[in-house]
Amino acid sequence: MSELTELTIAEALAALRRRSISAKELTDAHIAAVEAARSLNAFIVETPLHARAAAKEADARYAKGEARAIEGIPLGIKDLFCTKGVGTTAGSNILRNFVPPYESTVTQKLWDAGAAMLGKLNLDEFAMGSSNETSAFGNVANPWRRKGENCKLTPGGSSGGSAAAVAARLCLGATGTDTGGSIRQPASFTGIVGIKPTYGRCSRYGIVAFASSLDQAGVFARSVEDTAILLGVMAGHDPKDSTSAKIAVPDFSAALSRGVKGLRIGIPKEYRVDGMPAEIDALWKKGAAWLKDAGAELVDVSLPHTKYALPAYYVVAPAEASSNLARYDGVRFGLRQPGKDLTDLYERTRAAGFGKEVRRRIMIGTYVLSAGYYDAYYLKAQKVRALIARDFAEVYKNVDAILTPTAPSAAFALGEKSADPIAMYLNDVFTVPANLAGLPGLSVPAGLSADGLPLGLQVLGKAFDEEMVFRVGRVIEQQAAFAAKPEAWWRVA
Amino acid sequence: MTDHKSGIVQGATGAWEMVIGLEVHAQVISEAKLFSGASATFGGAPNSKVSLVDAAFPGMLPVINGVCIEQAVRTGLGLKAKINDYSVFDRKNYFYADLPAGYQISQYKQPIVGEGEVVLDMPDGTSRKVGIERLHLEQDAGKSLHDQDPSLSYVDLNRAGVALMEIVSKPDLRTPEEAGAYLRKLRSILRYLGTCDGNMEEGSMRADVNVSVRKSGAPFGTRCEIKNVNSVRFVMHAIEVEAKRQVEILEAGGKIDQETRLYDPNKGETRSMRSKEDAHDYRYFPDPDLLPLVLPAGFVDGLKKSLPELPDEKKARFVSEYGLPPYDAMVLVGEKASADFYEAVAKGRDAKQAANWVMGDLFGLLNKAGKDIAASPVNPKALGGLIDLIADGTLSGRLAKDVFAFMFESGKSAAEIVAEKGLKQVSDTGALEAAVDAVLAKETDKVAEYKSGKVKLLGYFMGQVMKATGGKANPGAVQDIIKNKLGG
Repeated sequence: MSELTELTIAEALAALRRRSISAKELTDAHIAAVEAARSLNAFIVETPLHARAAAKEADARYAKGEARAIEGIPLGIKDLFCTKGVGTTAGSNILRNFVPPYESTVTQKLWDAGAAMLGKLNLDEFAMGSSNETSAFGNVANPWRRKGENCKLTPGGSSGGSAAAVAARLCLGATGTDTGGSIRQPASFTGIVGIKPTYGRCSRYGIVAFASSLDQAGVFARSVEDTAILLGVMAGHDPKDSTSAKIAVPDFSAALSRGVKGLRIGIPKEYRVDGMPAEIDALWKKGAAWLKDAGAELVDVSLPHTKYALPAYYVVAPAEASSNLARYDGVRFGLRQPGKDLTDLYERTRAAGFGKEVRRRIMIGTYVLSAGYYDAYYLKAQKVRALIARDFAEVYKNVDAILTPTAPSAAFALGEKSADPIAMYLNDVFTVPANLAGLPGLSVPAGLSADGLPLGLQVLGKAFDEEMVFRVGRVIEQQAAFAAKPEAWWRVA
Repeated sequence: MTDHKSGIVQGATGAWEMVIGLEVHAQVISEAKLFSGASATFGGAPNSKVSLVDAAFPGMLPVINGVCIEQAVRTGLGLKAKINDYSVFDRKNYFYADLPAGYQISQYKQPIVGEGEVVLDMPDGTSRKVGIERLHLEQDAGKSLHDQDPSLSYVDLNRAGVALMEIVSKPDLRTPEEAGAYLRKLRSILRYLGTCDGNMEEGSMRADVNVSVRKSGAPFGTRCEIKNVNSVRFVMHAIEVEAKRQVEILEAGGKIDQETRLYDPNKGETRSMRSKEDAHDYRYFPDPDLLPLVLPAGFVDGLKKSLPELPDEKKARFVSEYGLPPYDAMVLVGEKASADFYEAVAKGRDAKQAANWVMGDLFGLLNKAGKDIAASPVNPKALGGLIDLIADGTLSGRLAKDVFAFMFESGKSAAEIVAEKGLKQVSDTGALEAAVDAVLAKETDKVAEYKSGKVKLLGYFMGQVMKATGGKANPGAVQDIIKNKLGG
C-alpha cells in the first residue's frame, strides 16, 4: 500500500527524527492499511481517532525537539490489555460491551513514550487457544497462504490478531501476551519476531488475567531490534503488580550487536518430538549451524522433564483460570442474563457469556482443584513445574541460551484442529516449558516450509537475561535473512 | 439442667461435658484495606469506599497493605504466639454476590501466626490458659442488602476487602462462662494493641462457635459450628442451648450431624444453616497474584519492642507495685482506659484507696449513666483532688461520697464543690464540743446506759453528732471528744 507500512520501527523512528516523514503520514498510512484489511478480522476495535491524536502530538514534539522513545509509532494492542475508555473484550461475549475506566500499565508506558494506538486486536477468548478460533468475534485469517492455495490458515493464537496485523503491515508492532506460547507460536506462524520476556519483567496490571502465574506481556514486530525497542519501553517494576520484579531494565538494543562469538548454545534432545516434520528439524539444524558459523559453541543438553510440561501446563493454567474467571458473574460489569435467583443469574450469564473452550477449561480447572483431586493434579503439576525449572537451571550452568523450533508445525488450516483439543494443545509443546519456568523466549522467522509458509526458531534464555536472547536472535535473523512476505490478497482497494 | 459455670449438661444418662472452640473474626484497624488503597473505615454511603481492586474489575491485582501485616504480627505477639516469617495467601473459591472476585483471599495452610495462648481471668480470681491454634489474615466480604427492594437484592462493597484476622482457639474451653471470659480477654488484648476496636455490635468482631458434648473422659464428640454470633452474651447463650440440643439428640439415641448452624437470639435457639453434604468445596490454592509473604529480618523484633504493656503484665504489675488484690487488678486492667485512669489517680496517693474509688464509686456512676470511662465527667486529676481532700482531713469519707456525686453531675472539681456547698469538714474543737454537748444533754438515758457499760452506744452518739452537723464533723475528732466527755 505504501512504503511507510514497510518500515521497521527503528527505520521509522530515524525517519521521524530526520523529519523526512511525519507521524501523521505514518499513522494515516497505517489507518488506511487497517481499513483495507478488514477481511483478516485482525481488529476487534479500530481507534483511528486515538492514533491521529497521538500522531498530532508526536509531530508537535518532533518540531520542538521533545520526542520521546517511540514518538509517533503506530501500534496495535491485543484486546486483553485494558485501555481507558476503549472497549476491552478479551475476545469474549461476557465482556463484549465492557469499557474499562483504567489503563493497563504496559499500554500506559507505551503511550507515555509516544506510541499511537491503531486499535484493539483479536485473540482467542481470554487468550485460551492456539489458533484464534475461540474468539467470540470470529477467527483471524493468517496473511500467509500455502503456495498456490486459497485456503485460509490460522495465524496461531492466542495473540492471532496481533501477529496477523504486524505480518500484514497493518501496524509497526503490537502487544501480545504469552501464557503457554501465545506470542511465540503466532510469531512463528506469521513470519515475524515475537518475544515473551521473563515472568515479572512486565507488569500484569490491567491485563485481563488467564493464568496469573504464567501470563506475561510481550511484543511482536518485524525485526529483533524492533522487539528490543518496544520491550524496553514496556518493561519495568510496577508497584501495582506484586509479581513484577524489582530489577532494572537494561538497554536491550545495546545488546543486539554483541554477536554470539564464544557463547555456548544448548540444543535440547527432548525437543525432537515424534511426528515433527523433517523440514522443521532441518531448519533447527540450520539455525544451530548459523550460530556455530558466527562463533558459538553448540552443546547437546537434556531437559528430561520436558514431556511432562504440557500435561502440567494443562492442569495449572485451567486451575488458575477457573478462579480468575469467577469474577465474570453478571453482577458488577459485563454481560448479565437475568435469572430467577442468584444461582440462575450466574448460570445463565456464564453460559451465554463464555464460549466452549473457556467453559472446558473452567471445568477442568474446577475439577483439578476439587477436594480429593487437588493432590493428584494441581499439587503434582506444581511439582512437575519445579522439576522443569530445575532442568533449565541445571542446563544454564553450562550454556548461555537454548535453541529450539518454536512450534512443531507451520500454520494449519482454520478448522483443521478445532475439533480435537488435544491436537490443538500439542501445538504448545515447545513453548510451554518457558512459561512454566518463567523464562524469556523469542521466536525469529528462519525460513519457509516446502509449501511456502514461515517457520520460526525459538531462543530461550536465563531469567532476566533477555539481552542474551536478543543477541542470539539477532544473529539468526541476520543469517536467515528472512525477507519473504505474504501477498496482500486481503487488501480491498 | 445446664450450668453456666460448670459447663455440665445434666441429662437422663448422666452428666455431659461441653467442649468449645471459638473462631473470632477481628477487623484490623488500618486506614486502607488489606489489598487495596480504599478506605477501611466503618460507615459511609454504600459503595463509597470501593476501589477497582475491591470490585474485582478485569486485570486488577491485589497488593499487600504492610500496615495490616504489622497489625497481625503485633496481635500474634500479644497472644504470645509463634510468628511465621514465611506465610502464604490462598484463594478460597465460592460464588456469592457480595464476593466480587468469586474468591476470598485468605491464608490456609501457612498462616502468618501459629500457636499461642490467652490467659483467662475467672471471676473467682483464678486464671486458666486457653490455647490459640493460629491467626490468619483474610479479606472481609461485602454486604448483601435484601430489604431495599421487593424483588432485588443490592450489594454494598464498602466492607469488601477490609482486613480481618481470624483467630482460632484450640477446643480448650469447657463452659459458657469461660467462652465469655475468653472473648472479653481477647477483646481486651486487641484493644490494648490497637489492632481491632472489638466492637461486636458494629460487627468489627464476630465469633463462630464450635460446640460438642461428651461424657467425662470420652473422646471429642461431633461438633456443630454456630456462625457469626455478635455479642458475648449471645455466644454464652448459644453454647448453652446448642449443648442442650446435642445432649437431647444423643440421649434419644440419635447422632449429631456435623453442620453449620445459626443462632437466633429472639427464639433462643440454633438452627441448621447447611449440612456437611452442602458444604462448599472451596478449592483453596495459593493466590498466584501474590508472592509468599516473607517478613524481613528484624521486622518482628522491631514490633516486639514497640508493643505496649498488655493486660496480663499490667495486672501483675498492679499487684506487685500497688499491692492490689488480683481481682481488683483484673477489673482495673480490663480496659486500657480504666487502667490508665487508675494509675493517674493512684500516683502519689494511697493505691488501695484509689482502687476503691475507681472501681466503686466511679464505675458505679458510669455504669448507671451508661457512660464509658473515656466519657467520664470526672477526670483522674479531679478524683485525685478529692482523695487529697480526704487525706488532709478537709473531707470525711462520707462527705467525699456526696462531693463525688456532685462532681460527676457537674464536672466541677472537689475543691470548687466544697467551697460552693460549704461541705468542708468541721474539725474545730470548740464547735464540735458544743455539738457533742448538745447531743449528750438530750440523750441522758443513753448516756447512763453507756456509762453502765453499753459502750456500743458510741456509734449512736457519733451518728447523732454527724446528723446535727450535717455530716461535716470530722468523725475522728468527734469520737475523741465523746469518749473524753463520757470518761471512756
